[in-house]
Amino acid sequence: MIKRGEQAPDFELFATPDQKISLSELADRNVVLVFYPADWSPVCSDELTIFNQAHKLFDKYDATVLGISVDSRWCHMSFAKDRNYHFPLLADFHPKGAVSKLFDVYDEVEGESKRAIILIDKNKKINWTYLSPTAINPGVDGILEALEKLTNEKS
Amino acid sequence: MSSHLKNPVNETDHIQGSSNASIEIVEYGDYQCSYCGEAYPIIKRIQAKFGDQIKFVFRNFPLTEIHPYAYDAALAAEAAGLQGKFWEMHDLLFEHQNALDKHGIMKLAERLDVDIQLFEEDMQSAVLQKRIDDSLESGMLSGVNGTPSFFINGGKFNGGAQDLSDLLDESVE
Repeated sequence: MIKRGEQAPDFELFATPDQKISLSELADRNVVLVFYPADWSPVCSDELTIFNQAHKLFDKYDATVLGISVDSRWCHMSFAKDRNYHFPLLADFHPKGAVSKLFDVYDEVEGESKRAIILIDKNKKINWTYLSPTAINPGVDGILEALEKLTNEKS
Repeated sequence: MSSHLKNPVNETDHIQGSSNASIEIVEYGDYQCSYCGEAYPIIKRIQAKFGDQIKFVFRNFPLTEIHPYAYDAALAAEAAGLQGKFWEMHDLLFEHQNALDKHGIMKLAERLDVDIQLFEEDMQSAVLQKRIDDSLESGMLSGVNGTPSFFINGGKFNGGAQDLSDLLDESVE
């Protein structure tokens, strides 16, 4: 996995069927990348539900949450609508897993992203990373603690 | 992540059982969540079996984006709590998970024989809403990753109610 203190590589992925999001356009935001194996699978859905429910807390820390998996933009659209997600799901679909590989969180055996959380600060440096066992939903306590620490350091 | 309860059990909590109990179980739950509904009778059995050895605390964790009635149900329990009937409402909500719309909740309130006008006012109370929001936040900071989530003596328990019951059967006897 990419290391703390490294510059985050820029990337651009589809967030909706006709719209892309790039890291560089989120210049004044902390960015939380939530890599997960697959839409619709039970653990991921629970994990993303907690991230969704925590949106007020992420707002407090000027943090934008981006989910990323290798599913296609159409699959993401349907999944997000079903679960009422308010944050974008990015399609690391073509070339498959390219952005996951950039951050070194791609599982070559399964052909899916690993379950990882990466916090990128406003200067686009890697501030905090967490790799979770694939079957375990990590919750949001670790990332919220990291954001709290980041905010205190800056102020 | 090895998580623990960031906000220890305190006087604002709803607590069942002995304050001197050696085992403290905190549940973060959602009245509309079917897994919490399945956990409900298991917790009752644990309480019946272990009696004074168990202190049980319920904290609200309504997953509002997937459960549209969960927040009002949490408010209903808190509002009933102001009239001394938190646990009675907590039980009724879990026993009527399929009828938690406004009409359903009012029927439950009538069954509990609470002051209905007061109950309806309290359902709008900003203080109660803040209590629920604070509970959600404390849960997130403590590593709640879905519902129900249990903490035993402050440490996150990575399992469901049945796993908890099995563990207690093994360790307490």
